[in-house]
Amino acid sequence: MQANLKVKRFDPADEGGKTWWQEYKVDVHPDSTVLDSLIQIREQDDGTLALRCACRASICGSCGMKVNGDAKLVCKTRVVDIAPNGEQLVIEPMGNQPVIRDLVVSLDTFFSQIQRVDPFLQPDHVPEQGEYIASNDSMENLLTSMNCIMCGCCVSDCTVLEVDANFIGPAALAKAWRFTEDPRDSKRDERLKVLNDEAGGIWDCTRCLKCVEVCPKGVAPMDRIMELRESAIEAGNTNTPGYHHTESFYNSVKKNGRLDETRLAMDSAGWTNIPRLLDLVPIGIAAMRKGKLPPLIPHKSEDHKKVKDLYDNVEGESS
Amino acid sequence: MYKHDVLIIGGGLAGLRAAVEVTRAGGDVAVISKVHPVRSHSNAAQGGINAPLTDRGDDWEGHAYDTIKGSDFLADQDAVEVMSVEAGDAVLELERMGVIFSRGDDGKLGTRRFGGQKIARTFFVGAITGSAILHVLFEQALKLGLNVYEEWFVTKLIIEDGRCRGVVAIDLKTGEIHTIKAKAVIMAAGGAGRVFEPSTNALICTGDGLALAYQAGAPLMDMEMIQYHPTTLARTGILMSEAARGEGAHLLNSDGERFMEKTAPDYMELASRDVVSRAEQTEIDEGRGIDGNVLLDLRHLGRDFIEQRLGYLQEVSVEFLGIDMAEQPVPVQPGMHYIMGGIKTDIDGATNVPGLYAAGECANVSVHGANRLGANSLLDTVVFGRRSAVHAIEYIKSVDDHSASEEELASEQVRLQALLDRPKGERVATLRNDMARGMTRGIGVFRDQSSMEGALENLENVKSRMSGFSIENKGKIFNTDLMFGLELEFMVDCAEAVVAGALTRKESRGAHFRTDITERDDDNWLKHTLVYKDETQEHGTRVETSDVKITQWQPVKRVY
Repeated sequence: MQANLKVKRFDPADEGGKTWWQEYKVDVHPDSTVLDSLIQIREQDDGTLALRCACRASICGSCGMKVNGDAKLVCKTRVVDIAPNGEQLVIEPMGNQPVIRDLVVSLDTFFSQIQRVDPFLQPDHVPEQGEYIASNDSMENLLTSMNCIMCGCCVSDCTVLEVDANFIGPAALAKAWRFTEDPRDSKRDERLKVLNDEAGGIWDCTRCLKCVEVCPKGVAPMDRIMELRESAIEAGNTNTPGYHHTESFYNSVKKNGRLDETRLAMDSAGWTNIPRLLDLVPIGIAAMRKGKLPPLIPHKSEDHKKVKDLYDNVEGESS
Repeated sequence: MYKHDVLIIGGGLAGLRAAVEVTRAGGDVAVISKVHPVRSHSNAAQGGINAPLTDRGDDWEGHAYDTIKGSDFLADQDAVEVMSVEAGDAVLELERMGVIFSRGDDGKLGTRRFGGQKIARTFFVGAITGSAILHVLFEQALKLGLNVYEEWFVTKLIIEDGRCRGVVAIDLKTGEIHTIKAKAVIMAAGGAGRVFEPSTNALICTGDGLALAYQAGAPLMDMEMIQYHPTTLARTGILMSEAARGEGAHLLNSDGERFMEKTAPDYMELASRDVVSRAEQTEIDEGRGIDGNVLLDLRHLGRDFIEQRLGYLQEVSVEFLGIDMAEQPVPVQPGMHYIMGGIKTDIDGATNVPGLYAAGECANVSVHGANRLGANSLLDTVVFGRRSAVHAIEYIKSVDDHSASEEELASEQVRLQALLDRPKGERVATLRNDMARGMTRGIGVFRDQSSMEGALENLENVKSRMSGFSIENKGKIFNTDLMFGLELEFMVDCAEAVVAGALTRKESRGAHFRTDITERDDDNWLKHTLVYKDETQEHGTRVETSDVKITQWQPVKRVY
C-alpha cells in the first residue's frame, strides 16, 4: 500500500530557522507503522529528515510526534488504521516543546517538570538486609504510572501547558502519584502539600481529558491528578480555590438539587479574597449583557428532595 | 574541553549503575550517551532478573551451575561465581531504590520460572522489568544530580601511552565536536544487534562500544556467540518475553504438537534458548511451521492472568498483529536478540587497555559463554556495572592528571569533515542492509563452513564499498544522517569480529551450531576466541584463543 505523508520540516541552520511542509509518498507493507514509513523515507528518499526512534516496540518513548493533530507514538500507529484508503497523514513535531530540527523537539522542559516532583523514593528507613515488605496489590497499583515511558505525548497535547508554562504537567504529576501511592515512601503528606499549594500544581489541571486520550501506555495522567486531589483533600489540604470549588459544588447540588453558579464562583474565589472577587466583576457584567448571568438567589429544582435522597443513598453505601 | 575523573559511555542499566557507584564514592563522574538515558535499550528487557536468594531456599551454586550449563561450559566459572554470589544484594538493592517488583502473599519479592533453570528465581515487574529498573536508576541519577552528556555521540577513544584518557564526541544538538578527558572510561554502550537483520534490538544497538574498544586495541571475545531468541513476533521481529513460557505458555507446530517434547523432555519450553530456537527452526525447516513460524499458545492461562502478569505482551500482540492472546496463539520465530561476545574484561570490568573498563552487553566477562540464560543479562549489567565502577575508582588514584593533548580532536574534525565532503555515493542504509542480511544468512541459528564463508565474502564486498557511501545531510544541528554513517563503520567492525570468531571455532557449542561439525569438542575447543583488529592481516583481524576458567564444574553433556 502507499503511505502518503505531509511532514512539517524545520531547518534551524537559517537565521531564526526555516519551516516548510514536505510531501512524501512511499510504498509500504500493509502492516507498516507510521514510523516504518518515515524510516523508509529517511533511508531511501531523503536522508535529511530528522526524527528520533529506537526500539520500534513502544517501550523506549523516542518517537512521539503529532499525527493528524494528535500526539502519538508512531511506532505503534499503523498506517492502515488511520489512512485505510491512502489518505494523507499530517506529521508534525510534538507541541508545547521547542523544535530542534524537523520532528525532533527539546525535552528539556519535560525533564525539568519531572525534576519538580522529587522523582525518587524517600523512605524513612532502609532495611539493612532484604527488601521492604509491601503487598503485591500495592505494587501492581503503581504499574499504572510505572508504565510511563516519558515519551512526552501528554505534555505535547496538554491544553493547560499551552497557556501556562508553569503547570507541572501531566507526566510529572503522574510520576508524583507513583510516590504518594508507594507504601515505601515516607513523604506522602509533604508531597501532597507541595503539589496542592504550589502554583502550577494539581489544581491547575482543567480536566480536558486530552492526556488520557493521547497517552500511548494507559497511564491516564488526568486520572492520577484527580486521585492526587482527593488524597490532598483527605490529608487536610483545604486551603485552595480548587477545594472550595469542589465543596461548593457538592453543597449546592445537595441543597438545591442544582448548581448555584453564582455561589460557586464566590466560594471558589473565597469570600475574603477581595482581589479575586473583583476579578469576577467584569465576567459578571459580560454575562449579564449576554443574558447569561445566573440567578443571584438559586432556584431549587422541583425534585431536589430526590437528589438529596441520592446523596444519602450513595453516602450510605460508601460509609 | 571537558574533564571528569570517570566517564561512562552509555546510560542504560550498566552505565547508570556504575554512575551511582562512582557518585556514592564521591567521584567526579559523567555519563555520555547518544540517546537520553531512559531511551536506552535496557528498556526492552521484559521478563526479569535472576537472583538466588538464600532466605528463599535457593543457593548461589544452583544459579551458577544453571548459568554454566546454559553457557555450554564456555563461561569463565570464576566470573559466574562472582555474579551468582553478588546477585541477591544487587537485586534487593534495586528494590530498595524503588523498583516495584512483583510480590508474594508474604509481601516479599515473588519469582517466576525462566528458561534453563531448575527453579524459579527470576524477579520481575510484569513484562516491563528492564524499563521499570531503568526508570528507577534514572530516578536515582536525578536524585544524585548526575551529569549527563545527553545525545552526544562518541566517535573515538583517546589513547595515550597505551592508556585510555577520554573520548572525542559530537554534541548532536549543536553538531560541535569536543573532547571529554577522563582518568578512566567505562564502556557500557550496549550490544550490536543491528549488525543482523532482522533483530529484536533497537535501532540504536549498533555496537559502538564494542567497535570503539576494538579500534583501541581491546580484543573482542567469543563474538560468534549470537543468541537467537525463540519467540519473536512474526513479521515485526518484536520480542515476546520468555516470561510467557515461564508462566506456562506452550510452543506448537502446525500439527498442534508440543514439539519441545522431542528435544527437551524435562524442561520442555523452558530449555535454554539456543536449544529451543534450534528445535523451532527444525520444525519450520522440515515443513511443520506456519509461514515460517511456530505458535506460542497462552490460551490455557486465561485472560485475567495474561493481562495481569504479561500485560505488555498482550498489548504488543493486539497492536502489532491484531491477535488477542487469550483467544488465539501467536505466531513466533527465532530472532537475533543478544550478543554473548564482547570486549574481553576481567571480573572487575578491566580490559587489556589500562583506564578502559567495560560492562553490560558490550562486555564479555564471560558469564554467558556460548548461550545466555534469560534474565541473566539484567543481572550482568548491575553486578558488573557496579564492579567496574569500584575498580575504576581505585585505578584513578594512580592517575596524576588529565591528558592535555588536543591532537585527537583535530584529527577527528578533519576525518568527519572529509566524510561530510564526500561526493554523492551509495546510501548508508543500502550498505547496512547488505551487511546485516548477509550476516543473518551466514551466521544464523544453524551455520556451516560454506554459510560462514558466504558471510565473510559478503562482508568483504561491503567493506570494499565503505569509502564510497555519502552523507546527504550537510547541516550541523541534529545531523542523524552523519551519525548513521559513523554507526555503520562501527557495525562493520563488529561484523568482522563475529565472522572471524565463527570461522575459527571448529565445533558446535551453544549458539554456535555448525551443521557440518555437530559435536562439542572439549579437547580442542574449551577455549575463548579473541579477535584483535590488525590491518596487517588478511580480513583485518588476528584471532587468538585462551583457555576457559574452570573452578568446580567439569564439562558434561548438556541435556534438558
